[in-house]
Amino acid sequence: MGEISEQAAVRRLQERLGFGGKAGAPAAGFDQVVARVFSAAADPGATPPPALTAPGVMQKGDKEAKKAANRLRAEQESRVSAWWLDRMVVSEKATERLAWFWHGHFATSNQKVRSAPLMLAQNQVFRARARGDFGELARAMIVDAAMIRWLDGDDNRLGSPNENLAREFLELFTLGIGHYQEVDVFEGARALTGWTVRRTSVRPVFVPKRYDAEPKTVFGKTGDFDAKGFADLALAEPECAAFVVGRLWFRLVSPAPPGAATLRRLLDAYGNQRDIESVLKAIIAEPAFRDSASALVKQPVEWAVGVMRALGIRPGTLDDKTRLKVLAGLRGMGQVPLRPPSVGGWPAGGSWLTTSAAVARLQLAQLLARQAAESGPRAGRPELGQLAKSSARVDGVRMLLGVDAWTDRTRNALAGLTDPAQLVAVAACAPEYVVSS
Amino acid sequence: MDNLTRRRFLTMSGVTAAGALAVGATQVNWSDLMTAAVENPLQSEDSVLVVVTLYGGNDGLNTVVPAGDPAYQKARPELAYQPDEVLELGDGLGLNPGLKGLKGLWDEKALAIVRGVGYPQPDRSHFRSMAIWQTAAPKSPVPTGWLGRWLDLAGADPLNAVSVEPTLPPLLAGATTAAASLPVRGLKLPSGKVGTAFAALGNPSPGEAPWQAAAAKSLGDLQNALRVLGGAVHDQAEREDDEDEQRTKGASAGGGSQLGAQLDLVAGLVEAGVPTRAYSVSLGGFDTHADERGTQQRLMSELDGALTPFVRRMRKSDRGRQVVVLVYSEFGRRVHANGSDGTDHGTAGPLFVLGEQVRGGFFGAQPSLTDLASGDLVATTDFRDVYGTVLRDVLGADGERILDGHSGTVDGLLRV
Repeated sequence: MGEISEQAAVRRLQERLGFGGKAGAPAAGFDQVVARVFSAAADPGATPPPALTAPGVMQKGDKEAKKAANRLRAEQESRVSAWWLDRMVVSEKATERLAWFWHGHFATSNQKVRSAPLMLAQNQVFRARARGDFGELARAMIVDAAMIRWLDGDDNRLGSPNENLAREFLELFTLGIGHYQEVDVFEGARALTGWTVRRTSVRPVFVPKRYDAEPKTVFGKTGDFDAKGFADLALAEPECAAFVVGRLWFRLVSPAPPGAATLRRLLDAYGNQRDIESVLKAIIAEPAFRDSASALVKQPVEWAVGVMRALGIRPGTLDDKTRLKVLAGLRGMGQVPLRPPSVGGWPAGGSWLTTSAAVARLQLAQLLARQAAESGPRAGRPELGQLAKSSARVDGVRMLLGVDAWTDRTRNALAGLTDPAQLVAVAACAPEYVVSS
Repeated sequence: MDNLTRRRFLTMSGVTAAGALAVGATQVNWSDLMTAAVENPLQSEDSVLVVVTLYGGNDGLNTVVPAGDPAYQKARPELAYQPDEVLELGDGLGLNPGLKGLKGLWDEKALAIVRGVGYPQPDRSHFRSMAIWQTAAPKSPVPTGWLGRWLDLAGADPLNAVSVEPTLPPLLAGATTAAASLPVRGLKLPSGKVGTAFAALGNPSPGEAPWQAAAAKSLGDLQNALRVLGGAVHDQAEREDDEDEQRTKGASAGGGSQLGAQLDLVAGLVEAGVPTRAYSVSLGGFDTHADERGTQQRLMSELDGALTPFVRRMRKSDRGRQVVVLVYSEFGRRVHANGSDGTDHGTAGPLFVLGEQVRGGFFGAQPSLTDLASGDLVATTDFRDVYGTVLRDVLGADGERILDGHSGTVDGLLRV
């Protein structure tokens, strides 16, 4: 294919290390955007996470109390989701994009965890360790309360191993299939014994008498490994670095794996420090990052956050009903934060281009466009009314959404629309916007 | 396939899916096919295959239960069902008490149970093992699903197979064709200017890059799907987020819910005469590492509550009587319980085949509970034998060509 234009490269950088351009943001060069996304400063306007009350203790068999607890749980989950979406909308940093990436990598679902406080605590770890040492993140995840509950870690104790967490840690989090043996899973499960999650805390506790202190043999090495020891063994395996780098590449650059020379450069950048930020900087410096073939289908959350950024909508300021509609729209498209479909995370590419997702996408686009059109002008929000007046409105909506160019097909499709909200909604569903080219 | 490509395939096929496997390569012409669907309804002699995937590794030993076997009782004292708890099938086996409707179908000879189904050198990863079942390639990974390859051979018509799940499972991705995907929930688009403009986004644009072209094509497909299926969609209320704890226990390995709604939609499509020959539906939650008994029995009841009325409904129409249902999971569980009153990933398990055309009863030998391979059951029937049988007897296809030369079948499974 070919090299994309400088302007397209800037857009791609904003979409891949962030969530796309923002309403009213001045044009910036590639290096400026790089400096911004890697800045260490906090995102201005980012709100602190919601304060969540712990669930009360319930009498068994109390149906009313159970209902109330279920309501509280659902309400807390939607608050955390909306808060996170809001944070994505406001963010100018790679940190938030990576927190989202790590959520898909260490995929944990509240469907089974059933505790927004635990999910939020895990989310904060993703953010705090987003672009640092992968080893620190992996060691944090193997003793993360939400993760332990999700993969039955608290059922894994001396004399009664439960292999779920150990297996997925090797298969999906650190090494990939084919780079460990069944015995490593079994012995690894023994190393992870002792950890349990109490109802009253978001931090797991280590209970020594549940821990299997006898020697274990993992990857041919024998010792009295514990959770950290097991994580370190996996991290030290030679395939771990390429696995992690490959996952970043797959989600941020292209479904086609990096070439051998590229991979070597990326692994050098990753280095013994397992430095994620350094890999990201190396990734965006690669020629493949500017290759027009490196296109990705936007995941529903990325797409929706992109639309909200372009339209200046802050999910945190939406009324409850609208906020729930946004979450329902995402659910219709097949992706809600805190609810990955399995420990393998979300699918990619063509899986998002289904008939059902298309219907849901249009509905959500209409909701967001109406929201922007009806709530009137305010700081950081484009004046959609201008679109109605302009004869160049098809180009206007293109610039609003940050699309490089419309095809004739889309240009013709949009030509019949004069109502700004309708125009924006349909344009957001155009293939040119649904795909990060 | 080299290691990296293989890993990529596996990750992409991450259980819930990958039309991604085929998109780009696939050039599906829905318009022509939808027209054909209206003009060419399903013929009453055309059989229909409905594949039910149980994600998470269903515990076969607690599904078709050797309750009277002392080795079974000894291996899982807390999890074991007693002989008087199971639904007696004969041969020392009984169905899980959650499967009362299926027991009725068994008594009517409409349920066949193929025992000990698996493959050599079983893999205990959900993702790898599910990929093996869905691609029917146990030795080395391939990028196409077994029904996807059938689609390729059966005229590259995506309407030949339909997934009633939000995403396309890998089993329906061929090299040149991917099945259509339809939602369980209502398909409804706005009319007027928005509808017209949205529809126009589905037109192909010459020279468009692959993903963009795929995105446009999915919109075109939607218009065609609406034209043909507009009246047949099933509107299902969203489930409130008050699932009880049992519901969510084995959830970490993915898979759909609302199996009843999915099968309802399939039933409507079959009755409407849509010329689709294969459907895919799924149920998740079988990753029962802990407190398995209650969770699994609830899932068995959900499966039973969805399958039984579907099979009974299908028996009432000519087209419905041609429907054959295949129910499988990526592996069974270990013979021995783990310490959390659950079971870890294992190997062989039973597979169900249901419908009017099925010859009810047992097929395949029950695996031994004492002659184990590192604590696991040894498979007695290769899953490709079952695939070969349904490819031949339900879809009228040459199984050997689709199953990489595998020619085994399960004789007498279907009345043909």
